[in-house]
Amino acid sequence: MNRVLKGLLLPLLVLAGWELCARSGVLKAESLSFPTAILAAAVKVVQDGSLFKAALETFSGAMVGLAVGASVGIVAGVAFGLSRRLSQLMRVTTESLRPIPSVALIPLALLIYGYGVQMESSVVAFSCFWPLLIITESAVRGIEPRLIEVARLLNFNLFQRITKIVLPAALPRIFVGLRLAAAVSLVVAVTVEITANPMGLGYALIVAQESMRPDKVFAFIGWIGLIGWMFNASLLWAQRQWFGRMGNWAETST
Amino acid sequence: MNTRNGWRVWLASLGVLALLVGLWQLVAQYELVSPVFFPAPMRSFESLWDQMRGAEFWMAFQQTLMRMALGFVTASLAGVLLGALIGLSPGARAYIEPTLELIRPLPASAMIPVFVLLLGLNDRMIIAAIAFSSLWPVLLNTVHGFKTVESRLMEVANILHLSRLEMIWKIALPSAMPDIFAGLRLALTVSLILAVVAEMLAGVAGLGQNITLAARSFRSADLYAGIVVLGAVGYATNLILERVENHLLRWRGA
Repeated sequence: MNRVLKGLLLPLLVLAGWELCARSGVLKAESLSFPTAILAAAVKVVQDGSLFKAALETFSGAMVGLAVGASVGIVAGVAFGLSRRLSQLMRVTTESLRPIPSVALIPLALLIYGYGVQMESSVVAFSCFWPLLIITESAVRGIEPRLIEVARLLNFNLFQRITKIVLPAALPRIFVGLRLAAAVSLVVAVTVEITANPMGLGYALIVAQESMRPDKVFAFIGWIGLIGWMFNASLLWAQRQWFGRMGNWAETST
Repeated sequence: MNTRNGWRVWLASLGVLALLVGLWQLVAQYELVSPVFFPAPMRSFESLWDQMRGAEFWMAFQQTLMRMALGFVTASLAGVLLGALIGLSPGARAYIEPTLELIRPLPASAMIPVFVLLLGLNDRMIIAAIAFSSLWPVLLNTVHGFKTVESRLMEVANILHLSRLEMIWKIALPSAMPDIFAGLRLALTVSLILAVVAEMLAGVAGLGQNITLAARSFRSADLYAGIVVLGAVGYATNLILERVENHLLRWRGA
């Protein structure tokens, strides 16, 4: 209990100081607003439903992108993990694509798809592809060699080897990768919306900023943080439920 | 033998990339996909070459890198300093760490609208947004680094009667260095992303704005050239940081 109180002290002090400074005119309330107004705005966006609509749009963009980017990443990662030669041959190609910041692809995605979910999820997919490629490749390469021997003894063909041995053995670490990529997908989706795409939470932020409503800006930032935090927490919970100690092991070895 | 083999593999892998680019050139030449989206790579390289001969490109290049550097260096210095103070004091950690954990999952770009409201659409806003967003990875990793200094090393410091400052400089800082560099690498990526996003939003000259303008006027060759440049910036800055890290951490051995 004492720990919780200590943790709460700083945020409460900051909020109280902010409120006082803004009300007494030390801080410019027109560009920074103040906590009680922000709280009111945060409640209001829930009441008028705009938060849910925006969150749903952001989520759909992020999840479609995550699904596409992660599946391609896992497939490529399994292939690279199974064949060291393939991985080595593709090295210069992957190493020259990886440093491209995902936001640099926003104008290109806009040119190809126009505004909408597709454009947003294509940028998200690019950024989710990399963590899964890297983690899956190292997970597959790290599989106990005796398991591979067993597969050989059982005369498994490539497909059976992948579905019955490789994927189950690599799954805990792949899930850790998925969790990391899921966090990335939300961040990138919001960034695309802030930069270009007129939908979702990021666009709501920009609209609030352009109409000079700092209370709404901070309210949306708060909600974005809370939604991201809850999403991460539930994925972490799922990981513990599904993988137990295996999950913890995967976490530390990734 | 081994390094020679390594070179051969690298050359082969470079060949694969050349092959892929060549394939793309063929696809573009026969116009299998619309040249509006996928210009021939030769045209993109020509555009890159043309741009690099003009002064305008180097102005934009210099401005983007300048903003990145100012924001990144400010964030690094502040992050390491604050992180050391927080990390070394268990008392302060109890009050501050929970708040830091709340801020951690926030998308870096979400704070841009706040800085726009505070500072307007200009250079200062971009640098402030870069500095603010890249502060967190450095700060969090530095706190972690100082928090986890091996307790036996601290005992050694006590036995040697080192003063507090000596203890920090000679024992705590070197042992926190790997964590600090992990934070710096994240911050570097964040600062490039933020520079691009903020330039796109603010409409201030720079590499980020270059690609937006190219996309808007359907100059796809210029757009690809711009993406290549941003990828190169990401690659080069990372490489420099890696060199610095290897130099500073050479005592750790191979």
